[in-house]
Amino acid sequence: MDDLSDLYQDIILSHNKHPHNEGDLDPHTGVAEGFNPLCGDRLKVYLRQAEQGKGNVEAVTFTGEGCAISKASASIMTSAVKGLSADEIEAKVEEVVALLTAQDEPEIDLMTMGDLAALAGVRKFPARIKCATLAWHALLAALKDESAVSTEADG
Amino acid sequence: MNIAAVRSDFPILSREVSGKPLVYLDNGATTQKPCAVIDKISRFFEYENSNIHRGVHYLSMDATDQYDRARLRLAEMIHAPDTNEVIFVRGTTEAINLVANSYGERLQEGDEILLTLMEHHANIVPWQMLAERKGLVIRVAGITETGELDLDDFTAKLSEKTKIAAFTQVSNALGTINPVKELTRLAKEKGAMVLVDGAQAVPHLQVDVQDIGCDFYAFSSHKMFGPDGVGVLWGKQEWLNSMPPYQGGGDMIEQVSFAGTTYRGIPERFEAGTPNISGAIGLGAAVDYLNQIGHAEIERYEKELLDYATAAMSEIEGLNIHGRAENKVGVISFTLDGIHPHDIGTILDTEGVAIRAGHHCAQPLMDHLKISGTARASFAFYNTQEEADTLVAAIRKVQKMFA
Ligand SMILES: Cc1ncc(COP(=O)(O)O)c(C=O)c1O
Repeated sequence: MDDLSDLYQDIILSHNKHPHNEGDLDPHTGVAEGFNPLCGDRLKVYLRQAEQGKGNVEAVTFTGEGCAISKASASIMTSAVKGLSADEIEAKVEEVVALLTAQDEPEIDLMTMGDLAALAGVRKFPARIKCATLAWHALLAALKDESAVSTEADG
Repeated sequence: MNIAAVRSDFPILSREVSGKPLVYLDNGATTQKPCAVIDKISRFFEYENSNIHRGVHYLSMDATDQYDRARLRLAEMIHAPDTNEVIFVRGTTEAINLVANSYGERLQEGDEILLTLMEHHANIVPWQMLAERKGLVIRVAGITETGELDLDDFTAKLSEKTKIAAFTQVSNALGTINPVKELTRLAKEKGAMVLVDGAQAVPHLQVDVQDIGCDFYAFSSHKMFGPDGVGVLWGKQEWLNSMPPYQGGGDMIEQVSFAGTTYRGIPERFEAGTPNISGAIGLGAAVDYLNQIGHAEIERYEKELLDYATAAMSEIEGLNIHGRAENKVGVISFTLDGIHPHDIGTILDTEGVAIRAGHHCAQPLMDHLKISGTARASFAFYNTQEEADTLVAAIRKVQKMFA
């Protein structure tokens, strides 16, 4: 596959067209908006725990406009983190960021990664990495119910 | 215009990107540089480099002379009545900040500044900062369906309270050419000072500040085939002479003592510190180059190219062009149904086609259009109809991928 079809794999295109868990979440215990000032895209991530900051995440949804990469990444994320604890989610975010920024071809275990593996193609397009991380940063902020986060805040 | 000869003046145009010939359609962001400019700057550093206004030695006098001649070239280009009214700054952004900070001092609480909905952030934020500091009111003139300035709204929002009207001559996001002469006349009738943002006008149009009648005119070298890091603020001397300095330092003073310092006249008063000497000289070379081709010829060629590209793109189903003003420069802002501009930009890039995707530093305009951004193909006189064809083919490829 060439780099472009690596980026826009069928899985990505299909999540873009038919995103999972798109919409508000009512009730929710955390919500945060991720903002990419470079392109003006905004994604809002909602999540529900037993109590704010406590217990495993029961549900995650997102709303907002974004490119195929940010939308697909958000869609994949909502399924990938369901049922996880806050610590597990932090580890998952680290894993995804590592996958997106890997220097060398990352080793991918399709069994454990599932659709997440489709995000690996992004790493050959440095200009697009922030599109893919937007939802994940918003998720971390939503865990702390921190309302807003910008892709430029973490350099 | 001999397009093959013109293209060979710009070495970068013959390179490849992603294994495809580069099709550079991001001229609104910055333009490419002809050999005349590149060579002038290399020669300066290889053979002529020196600081200006300082040395009694040959090199310093020669550099000063070249710097002054560049100023003269720019004054001629915009038909400034006096060469000293041309201030070298870092670019459009700094030019506007200079006026907002220095001229802006005389505004008082409750005074109004009139802007338009199609301004670049560079012509919004400095005024907002001033307004916040001094308790001013910012008013914004709207636009029509086709992306033209709403003249009725502009007129309605002008009043005796309007102390500054600042608007762009050409919209970077829509390509619209504003009737700046008419806008200036309307604003002046109410006694407002007028600043025109010329960043996107100078690469395409013959500009005459006296004909426009404005008080200030700002533009950047890098958008008109010169080097980056330099630009021009032109202002009427009656204003410039009465404005406090913007920055203090060397070169802008007459005499310094701890009891008090006196400032020099224009332009030095507004050029504190060592300026971008090579940049100004390179910009002067860009002006010479443009004169050689001729503005009338550039306008004629670009109009033909714009009409061709607009017609070709209008045939693409699901493609929407934002900005269909009657008077436009070669800027085509577009969206594709169901496909985000960022994805368009990435896929076009793999075809060697460089465009910009995003809000184009015009978020208020994007909010008005109810979109987060557009893809923008912006043309210069070195672009060709074949390149427009490549763009169209690449757009079709995007649609196919997302079908
Ligand atoms: C209309 C307009 N005004 C101002 C600017 C700012 O110019 P610079 O970044 O060179 O200061 C731009 C650049 O994109 C522009 O298009």
